[in-house]
Amino acid sequence: MNGSIASRRPEPRTTPLLAVSDLSTVFDTDAGEVRAVDGVSFSVGSGETLGIVGESGCGKSVTSLSIMRLVPEPGRILDTGSIVFRGRDLLALAPESMRAVRGNDIAMIFQEPMTSLNPVHTVGRQIAESIRVHRGASRKVAWNQAVEMLRLVGIPAPERRAMDYPHQLSGGQRQRVMIAIALSCDPDLLIADEPTTALDVTIQAQILDLLSGLRQRLGMAMILVTHDLGIVAEVCDRVAVMYAGRIVEEGPVADLFDDPRHPYTQGLLRAIPRVDEAAGTLDPIPGQVPDPAHWPRGCRFNPRCRHAWDRCGRHEPGLLDVAWGRRSRCWLEQEPERRRSGYGVDTRDAPPTGPRIRGAS
Amino acid sequence: MTAYIGRRVLGTVPLLIGIATLIFVVLHFAPGDPGAMLFGPNVPPAIIEQSRHAWGLDQPLWVQYLKWIGALFTGDFGWSLFQGRPVSQVVLDALPPTLALTFSALALVFAAGVLIGVYQGVRQHSAGDNALSVLVLFFYSMPSFWLGMMLALIFAQKASQWGWPVALPASGTTSVDYDLLSAGGRILDRLRHLVLPVTTLTLALTAGVARYTRGQMLEVVRQDYIRTARAKGLPERTVILNHALRNSLIPVITLLGLYLPFLFSGAVFVEYIFAWPGMGRVIVTAISQRDYPVIMATSFIFACLVILGNLLADVLYAWADPRIRHG
Amino acid sequence: MGEPLAGGGTRPGGDGRTIVETSGHAIRTPVIAASAVLPGLGHVIEGRRAQGLLLMAAWIATLAIALKSWQRIVAIPGTGSADDWLAILTLAAMLVGTCMAGTAGLVRGQRRAAGSSRFASEWRRFRRSRTAMAGLGVIVVLYALMLLTPLIAPFGPAERVGDLVRVRLLPPSAAHWLGTDRLGRDVLSRILYGARISLTIGFIATAISISVGTTLGAVAGYAGGRIDALLMRFTDLVLAFPRLILLIMIVALFGQSVVVIVLVLGLTQWPSTTRIVRGDVLSLREREFIQAARALGFRPARVLFCHIIPNVLGPVIVAATLGVGNTIVLEAGLSFLGLGPPPPTPTWGAMVEGGRDIMISSWWVATFPGLAIVIVVLAFNLAGDGLRDALDPRLR
Repeated sequence: MNGSIASRRPEPRTTPLLAVSDLSTVFDTDAGEVRAVDGVSFSVGSGETLGIVGESGCGKSVTSLSIMRLVPEPGRILDTGSIVFRGRDLLALAPESMRAVRGNDIAMIFQEPMTSLNPVHTVGRQIAESIRVHRGASRKVAWNQAVEMLRLVGIPAPERRAMDYPHQLSGGQRQRVMIAIALSCDPDLLIADEPTTALDVTIQAQILDLLSGLRQRLGMAMILVTHDLGIVAEVCDRVAVMYAGRIVEEGPVADLFDDPRHPYTQGLLRAIPRVDEAAGTLDPIPGQVPDPAHWPRGCRFNPRCRHAWDRCGRHEPGLLDVAWGRRSRCWLEQEPERRRSGYGVDTRDAPPTGPRIRGAS
Repeated sequence: MTAYIGRRVLGTVPLLIGIATLIFVVLHFAPGDPGAMLFGPNVPPAIIEQSRHAWGLDQPLWVQYLKWIGALFTGDFGWSLFQGRPVSQVVLDALPPTLALTFSALALVFAAGVLIGVYQGVRQHSAGDNALSVLVLFFYSMPSFWLGMMLALIFAQKASQWGWPVALPASGTTSVDYDLLSAGGRILDRLRHLVLPVTTLTLALTAGVARYTRGQMLEVVRQDYIRTARAKGLPERTVILNHALRNSLIPVITLLGLYLPFLFSGAVFVEYIFAWPGMGRVIVTAISQRDYPVIMATSFIFACLVILGNLLADVLYAWADPRIRHG
Repeated sequence: MGEPLAGGGTRPGGDGRTIVETSGHAIRTPVIAASAVLPGLGHVIEGRRAQGLLLMAAWIATLAIALKSWQRIVAIPGTGSADDWLAILTLAAMLVGTCMAGTAGLVRGQRRAAGSSRFASEWRRFRRSRTAMAGLGVIVVLYALMLLTPLIAPFGPAERVGDLVRVRLLPPSAAHWLGTDRLGRDVLSRILYGARISLTIGFIATAISISVGTTLGAVAGYAGGRIDALLMRFTDLVLAFPRLILLIMIVALFGQSVVVIVLVLGLTQWPSTTRIVRGDVLSLREREFIQAARALGFRPARVLFCHIIPNVLGPVIVAATLGVGNTIVLEAGLSFLGLGPPPPTPTWGAMVEGGRDIMISSWWVATFPGLAIVIVVLAFNLAGDGLRDALDPRLR
């Protein structure tokens, strides 16, 4: 695949690799029941990269943990939804079967490379462990493969580095090790939960390049969870925007960035300062992210939305189709005349409001 | 790492001298006079003076201090005022029983404590965890002397009264007819005498180790790398044993050394109750008799053992944690 | 839909107001009046059964004590000592307090569960643990008993209850619930009076140790450098010594008075507090709000005492609670060895020792004082554990 938009537009596909339907995850806290993820549905096709983007507290991390069924106490996934991976509902699997899926068919890497590796084992051993458990390989074979994985992720002198302990490596190197662990059993799907947030900007770029390259080579699908729209623009094929535990807009990356429909997405893109525009005041979204224990009535974004009218405060919209492959959770799709002027009146004529897509014409 | 050990060993020397000084200061500024204790009020002062001179108690304080510090290196602690034997002899006789008692208890305390703590850490909030917590806390709150008395009551006195097969002796290290026993019989006899004292000491201290281990396990299990291990699809047993336990045991190892003071303190009561002829009993007797040389020597030995224990704990920790071992 | 109540669970049809408030005047007054006579009744009617039953039990106990010791109460104004007046005051406080809790708790209605101050949420978590609340409850009861002893102890602590030959070593009976000892003294009364010794010594010694320990630890952690190194060396020195040996030495050599015992117990317990505080201070020192305080030009002492120490108090309080238990055991140990407050002061440790050689024939003399120690120390340990779990969010 080269970088042009046209070729990145996904073809109509048959069965998606992963189909999440109506996923809800709640936490039982002192303050009551918190619905961190509330009826989320999306799908990922083979070899596709889906970005899940949103602010802190919108539920994107919990969503990714839910797919792996790694939600920590006091959280639990409600049985009203389903997560179908290659024809099997992960939520219905016995724990033993789910264990066989983790690290093997679906792998995950996390945000904090500094604390995500066990300090008392060598990195080589931690990579080899996966291989031994899932492939039944002997110690020697697994070790050699671990060294190969280190080479694959771009760590120089991998034979020696494999015998190092995590504290002897830098943050970027540790994240590479995490990636090596995740890819060691050739998974079909990689979930990356904010993989570069804790890293320096230059290292970020390296890791992203590594992930893109590996993904292409291995033909792997990826879910990239992040709050950084720039990363999404660079790496993802499709994107889902989350707000307050729900998906509010989704679609192919180029289309969404060219023409954001949901007021929240528009606000996000508008809040990014642009290098090629004259300096002015930033345009943030007014208000604050709501308390997860008390979602607002009706559309959850309505207290902060410029276009909101009384319908928005009474009934929450479903995900309404905008165009092929694009949906938006907003009543404006049904009543476009309500769109206020001031910004985004006729978005097709206005200049692109987001970062330039690489390779765009 | 050897540099680290070297530094730590060197660091204990000032500590030892500090302890010795502390002991000296406490004893010599205390009211009360050994001469008066030994002789009673009717003895003519001349004789008291003579004895004091013979024991070197009339020399200036700083001379006595220097002799004391010197004695630490030579091991010649002088003569016991009351037993008419060299103090080193007293100590050498009393040390083995105390060490036997203490180290047996140490081993048991750790085996039991770690097992209980790990179980509780893994099965938090289960019925077993709650029950164990209460039980552990119950024994933790019990004074060791009372526990010893209760155990002696049940297993030694009542047991022989009620004709239980397992009646355990509750005093001394050996029975009266020890010399008449065969070699195997002697070993068995010693072991039988060891049971109640060691059990008392163990029960009293296991709680601390169990609680600490439980706390460490609970903390470790919440770490990110445990989440990573689960995300790798490892079996839960591997996650707990290879990842969680390996990390939580590192600080627990330091308890091996840090618990020595408690073991020795506990040994004092246990030796008293079970007539165990160890250092604890020696020091309690010496204190009531104001037998200064014995008091000073045994206090110092106790402190030495404790410091050694701490040193051992530090070294073990440094060895077990790769972050320290590999800098 | 119900709203969550302070004690958990939802009430049907409720919007958080109590039955007394919602059902209007007709029911309100009689219920409150009834609760004035029998506190707890109103709570039980409302469905807050646990609190209601506890209040009722407290009320009945208070009344029972008052009735039973009526004669002594009447005699006090003439001949009473400070002790006795304290006992009366405590009884009066219990009467008034229970009454007020019974009525005021009804009228005020329920406060929202979302008391969002830090103390409110920590208190709520503490309340969750039943064992911790049990521990706290026992402690409160103990201190109340301690204060009420002149009124409720059947006999005096050194009082021989009759002819020595006839009243010595009596087994537990209706007249003497826990029997008598070898000098013909009532064991129960001695245990009650002994509680004062143990609880007071425990409290004061621990107070000394946390004052010293917190100050030293805070100074060491904050000042750093050579002061820190020096203080830590000193702490190591005190810690390296087996505490019991030191205690025995000092008490035996410097005299067995209560003052010496309290001082030596307090002055050997501070090292653990110092370490805890120093660790916390070291990590707090680099936090932004402390740097901000320094940037505002506050003097180090002010920063230390007004900003840092309040933030490290949590673990200190936990350590203090557990420390009281520890101190009580140690004091009992010293008394057992004969090194506690001298007779005829009734200390639990000495009582256990006194019954040691007659364990087979007269087991009650040594067993009950020992049990008392276990119960008291257990209570402090439970409360301390509960506190620790409440303050440390990670260990829930």
